[in-house]
Amino acid sequence: MGVATYIKDEKDAIKEVILQSGIKVKPVYRPEDLERMGFDYHKDLGEPGEFPFTRSIHPLGYRSRNWTTRQYTGFGTPEQTNERFKLMISHGQTGLNVAFDLPTQMGYDSDDPMAEGEVGRVGMAVDSLRDFEIAFKDIRLNKIGSGLTINAVASIMLAMYQSVAEKFGYKKEEISATPQNDILKEMVGRGAWIYPVEPAVRLIGDTIEYSMKELPRCNPVSVCGYHIRESGCTPAQEISYAFEIAFAYIDEVVRRGYEAKDFVGGLTFNLNIYGNMWETVAKYRAARKLWAKLLRERYGVEDKRALFLRGIFGGGGSGMTKQQPENNIMRGAYYALAAALSGAQTTALCSFDEAYTIPTERAALLSLRTFQILMDEIGLRDTVDPLAGSYFVETLTKEMEQKILEEMASVEKAGGMVEAVASGYVQREVARQAYEYEKNLQEGKVIKVGVNKYTEGMDMEVELHEYNEAWANQQIERLKEVKRTRDGKAVKATLKSLEKAAREKTNVMPFLVDCCKAYASVGEMANVFRDVFGEHKEPSIF
Amino acid sequence: MMAERKIRVLVAKPGLDGHDRGAKVIAHALKEAGMEVIYTGLHQTVESIARQALQEDVDVVGLSIMSGAHVPICRKLMDMVRKEGLDDVLVVVGGVIPNKDISTLKDLGVQGIFPGGTRFDEITAFIKNNVKTGR
Repeated sequence: MGVATYIKDEKDAIKEVILQSGIKVKPVYRPEDLERMGFDYHKDLGEPGEFPFTRSIHPLGYRSRNWTTRQYTGFGTPEQTNERFKLMISHGQTGLNVAFDLPTQMGYDSDDPMAEGEVGRVGMAVDSLRDFEIAFKDIRLNKIGSGLTINAVASIMLAMYQSVAEKFGYKKEEISATPQNDILKEMVGRGAWIYPVEPAVRLIGDTIEYSMKELPRCNPVSVCGYHIRESGCTPAQEISYAFEIAFAYIDEVVRRGYEAKDFVGGLTFNLNIYGNMWETVAKYRAARKLWAKLLRERYGVEDKRALFLRGIFGGGGSGMTKQQPENNIMRGAYYALAAALSGAQTTALCSFDEAYTIPTERAALLSLRTFQILMDEIGLRDTVDPLAGSYFVETLTKEMEQKILEEMASVEKAGGMVEAVASGYVQREVARQAYEYEKNLQEGKVIKVGVNKYTEGMDMEVELHEYNEAWANQQIERLKEVKRTRDGKAVKATLKSLEKAAREKTNVMPFLVDCCKAYASVGEMANVFRDVFGEHKEPSIF
Repeated sequence: MMAERKIRVLVAKPGLDGHDRGAKVIAHALKEAGMEVIYTGLHQTVESIARQALQEDVDVVGLSIMSGAHVPICRKLMDMVRKEGLDDVLVVVGGVIPNKDISTLKDLGVQGIFPGGTRFDEITAFIKNNVKTGR
């Protein structure tokens, strides 16, 4: 997915190139193009590490610091996941990104009837603090940061992470967690929502407010354009929707009386890297510049560090194919190259078995090696923003900036992101584009190697990561044991206090920490919120 | 001359998986092919899907499952289909389905299996050729 539209003549000469974001690419770019665009080094780029940060948020880019690699990891029981964490770290991975199973993501315990068939399948099963104690055993939480890919119950998981760190003797000021914690994108393109929009956004506000004061090294939100791109939006829309989502969360906290400059530096992004290389690089350069400019204009933020667009530029699942899966190894290398040319601080790759199931060890390690070769052999650490000054890339970067602003204006016209999501406006737009893309693919207007072109040859046998039904039983047994040995009265009391806080709109985070430390289960805590907030009803889009 | 009744399809997202791009794309395609499509939305229980299939008097139930839980889910659904007397309904499934599971699903009574990337015309032809007419 995500390649450009090519109009060719009968001799296979390319007559027209239209990027997914709608921008046309010319055959040749010259100095005149930069003149035409009004390109100015200081206004449009600035020095690396200086406003507007188009080139990089760091003055020396990868020369001062290599990027962080954080493969999405987790399956089965916490024991399995702990083992895989250690394997990845021993092979040179520098950060963690925890995958949780669907019952955990949806706030159900492993013994809930709704969890049937899903315990430990797409990620690690977590029912209580006991599971985190096992999952993070021997991991130096003051040295290694953890992304927590969790959204509807992000507040619970962040509280649990703090709880396990403190149990292990770390101070909460030392730990670095990044819960994904972006419910609006769930409602558009990932589907792991529970509560209605308003209370869900309020919970996000609670985590930002709490993190600001208590968890100085944590990033309370990772705003995701990634999944909306996976669902069918264009690269320009990916940024515009992500920015609009970020504004919704910032506004929630500003409404509580805080100034954006005090917390906005803790927001990060999760963005995609598949598709046309040039569009990708231009997208990120434009995004860095726009984020800094918009924060200044909209919220009066001046402090340099608070203006950085930090994030994980990785992926991209939709680019990977089921057919000829070895091709995905090469795709991964090209996507990683695009990410490096885009100046990503953190990155991750979908592994070559992406279209089949979650990664085997071998596939996950290949992804790590892809990054290491790029940085240590191919020269991507040598200099900052190497494509700067290119007549093509600078023109395209300015054109992407325009596109992103146009798309943001559409969202504002639809009432802002919260309204646009509640009404289904974004979902309808994205679904329509996804359908058109699939049609174009099936009609051969978009080329996917191995899928509709160069389909000859035999597909390799893919070794599949195997799901083990026994994991569910192990988790259920452990949960029973936790419930048997914990102080039931204390759990009841902490859950009651949590409910009171939720009802009275007090920040829930300290109450969640108490619940976690008393070994309340994920389901028990999530159900308190269900009782108080109710459940989200999807807008109809057909 | 009697107007030909449009084929009615329930496109369903069972269980906890929230990835609905495929389900929505297929729903669009089936509509374009002249069918009546009801989309259940996310997080449906098997019981709820069976109930909607009955209520909406559909000819086809199409499940979209991306998490890998297709075998347990289909097993449950086919049990429910038999229990509720929905045996005339054509059950098809799409999503992330490894080849090795196709025969298992067929044994359970799922008639059409369409892993991600299957062409629209293949799916619509299958439905038109296998739907039980005169229901």
